[in-house]
Order: sequence, then structure tokens, then C-alpha cells
Amino acid sequence: MAVETAPAAAAGTTRKLHKIHVLVNGEAHDVEVEARTLLVHFLRENLGMTGTHIGCDTTNCGACTVLLNGRPVKSCTLFAVQADQMTVATVEGLEKDGKLHPVQEGFHREHGLQCGFCTPGMMMTAVALLAANPKPTELQIRQAISGNLCRCTGYVNIVKSIQYAARAMAPKEA
Amino acid sequence: MIPAAFDYQVAKDVAQAIELLASSGGEGKVLAGGQSLIPLMKFRLAQPALLIDINRVPGLSAVRENGELRIGALIRETDLEMNPIIRQRYPIIVDTASVIADPLVRNMATIGGNLAHADPANDHPATMLALRASVVAQGRKGERVIPIDDFFLDTFTTALRSDEILTEIRIPKPAPRSGGAYLKLERKVGDFAIAGVAATITLDTGGKVASAGIGMTNAGPTAIRGRRAEQTLVGQTPDDRTIAAAGAAAAAEAQPVSDLRGPEEYKRDVFRVLTQRAIRKAIERAKRGA
Repeated sequence: MAVETAPAAAAGTTRKLHKIHVLVNGEAHDVEVEARTLLVHFLRENLGMTGTHIGCDTTNCGACTVLLNGRPVKSCTLFAVQADQMTVATVEGLEKDGKLHPVQEGFHREHGLQCGFCTPGMMMTAVALLAANPKPTELQIRQAISGNLCRCTGYVNIVKSIQYAARAMAPKEA
Repeated sequence: MIPAAFDYQVAKDVAQAIELLASSGGEGKVLAGGQSLIPLMKFRLAQPALLIDINRVPGLSAVRENGELRIGALIRETDLEMNPIIRQRYPIIVDTASVIADPLVRNMATIGGNLAHADPANDHPATMLALRASVVAQGRKGERVIPIDDFFLDTFTTALRSDEILTEIRIPKPAPRSGGAYLKLERKVGDFAIAGVAATITLDTGGKVASAGIGMTNAGPTAIRGRRAEQTLVGQTPDDRTIAAAGAAAAAEAQPVSDLRGPEEYKRDVFRVLTQRAIRKAIERAKRGA
């Protein structure tokens, strides 16, 4: 981590760059960023990964949800430097070798989206939920996604999509 | 929205964080969960010249019980809510942690930040008033323990000195037959409280109230203690009449203001109702032993 030792300049001016090492969807990135670069801007602009959306930009909507060391967080409310030496998972990492993640398949099959803007964040929250709780109740699903706003669906089909994924991910009965 | 530029340093330990804070000449801010600070910086309502990131300081997130309960200030709300000691013995803290903002915010937000930010709309302050907690402040001159009643000076203003960091929350061991509850009315998940009330009750062996704590969220420039509501309860059998009187006292002590969450008169009545409900829930838990 670069260390700024010069006396503090006036707020608002550019400062020293900080070297960070972040594992995004399993791929290592060594990048220099300004301390004020938000994680979502780092993903979208430095790495060109625009799957993570910026919605409200005020910590309300959850469109920017990514997994930081496996936990869903709002990447608009986190500096990229805070992710140094950590893992970040975004929607781009869900599909593997042309095969959709069960959560993506669920949103497709159950029509869990209309405009699609909240979908990447919604799916990342769902992935984290199912990793921690493979058989969530409807209430647990609704509580888990309560930080992700959807203005189209009324959430009914989103809940169904996550239930679909939970069934698809369950170990097959012998 | 992008914050104004700032210098950034990761503190290795509390001592280094204090040194950085002390030498910043009042221009440094501590970055913990960042869920209040970063939005303020994005709006440029806060423009610290230096951010001191304490997220990598080890040993600040523990929950321990030896006589009193000690909660490390850096524990995330999610971890606090799921902590076995908290779940088993302090359901009022589970009530509180589980209604802060939303689950994504709670994965970052910390209890220390919730208190040190001193937003009267934050939820832990009322609960800590009801629990008669203290906070530990560490600075250049060492450590001091600040009773919660002396901690909140005004909106966004605490008794922390410019070189001090809140490192721990201490809660006295509850007497037998004690219980507590926190209730919050919010328009939707993630919104601040229209009103919130924390109540703690200790019953004596005869079923009368031996001690009571009432704290209120979004009821004035800081979280406030319902002193008269507490006095109304102590020494009494907590029957419907006494609980109703305590609710009325709390409603009179609350200082809500009319805003988009409702007119003052409505909010006052919400305080009355929530106080009664929180007391009843606290009594229920006191009888069960939590």
C-alpha cells in the first residue's frame, strides 16, 4: 500500500495513487488507484466490467452489489483501496464455460427481471444467500434481498427465481 | 458521485491510528464500515483531508463476557446479530442490529461507527442508553471510559476528543430477571426510524420493577433517555396502567420534529405506543431470563 506522507493539501485536489492487488472473479489485478476511487468505479472504469450497475449512488438501491470476500456489499459505498488483498465477485463471474449459473438460469426461467437494471446486484445477493443458506424460506429470501430494490417486478418472480436456483443447486436425491 | 480527494492510510494497530488522527490537526477521520461516512463524503458534506482505515486493525471485533459484556467497536452489524453470546443473552441487541439499514449495509457497518457518528436516527444509541452502557475511548493520553449519558453531546457530536478512537462498548452484567427489547417503526427497509424505542426492565422477586431503562431514536438532537418514563416504572407493579403511564411520559419527553416521516403529533403518539410495546416485550423476556 502506498503511503502518503506529504502535508495535507487542500481538499478536492488529486492525491497519490495507491497500488492494490484484487482478485476479481478469480483473476488477479494489480492496479494503481486514487484513494477516492469507489469500488464500483474501479470495476466499471479501470477493469471495464460494466455488469455491476450504479443505481442510486446513495447506498439505497443495491444495483451495485458485489461479493467482497464472499459477502454482498454495496460497491458504491466502499473505496477500491479497501478491497486490497481481497476477493471480489461480480455478475461477470457467474457464467462458467458458456453455462449459466443456476441463479441466472432461475432469473431467465422464472422471468425474474423486466428492465434488468437491478438484476446483477439482485443475483449477487442471491448467490451469497444460497451459499450461506441453501434452502431458504420465502421470508428468508425476501429479507436477504431487502437491500436490493426492484421497481419493475414487484419481487414475486425474483423470489421464484431464487427458489428455482435453490432447487437446481440442491444435491440430487439418490 | 465522487468524494473530494483525500490522503489514505491503513492503520496497523490502534496506537498508529491514534498517532495519525492526532497529527492530522483535526482534518483526519477514522474509516470503519464507512456506511455513513462514505455517503457524506460523496455528497461532499464531509471532506476529510485524511482517512485512517482501521478495518485491518486486529482484535477490535471481539465479543466477550467476563462480568460485563465487552463488544469490540469494529464488529459488523451482521456479525453482532449472529454472535452466539448476543443471541443467547442480549436479544435487545439482536433487535437493534437486525433493523439497521439493510442486510448489505449491515455487512460493512459497525457498532462503533453507529455510535460515534452520533446521528440521532441511528439505532444503537437508544439501546445503549437503555442498557446503561459505557464506551471506551483510546487516545494519546491512554484510555478512558465514558458513560453513554455523557457521550452524545449534539447531532453528529460526541465527547470523543480529536485524538480519540472509540474501541469498545461495555454493558453491565444484567441482574437476574432482566430483559430488554428494541422496536422501530420505519416506512421501509433501509429508511431511518419514524420512531424507535429501547426498553430494559429488571424485576424484583415480588414482580415489581427494580430498574428500568428507556432510550429513544429520532426523538431529538441526540438519542434521548426517557427519564420520567423510567421513574414511572421503578417500584411499581408493571400493570396496564403503569405501562400506559410510562408510554405517556416517554411521548411527552420525546422531541420529534415534523418532516416527511410524519407530523410531530403523530410521531409523539408512535413513541407512546412503541414505549408500551417495548416495555411489555422486555418484561416477557425478563420473566424468561433474557
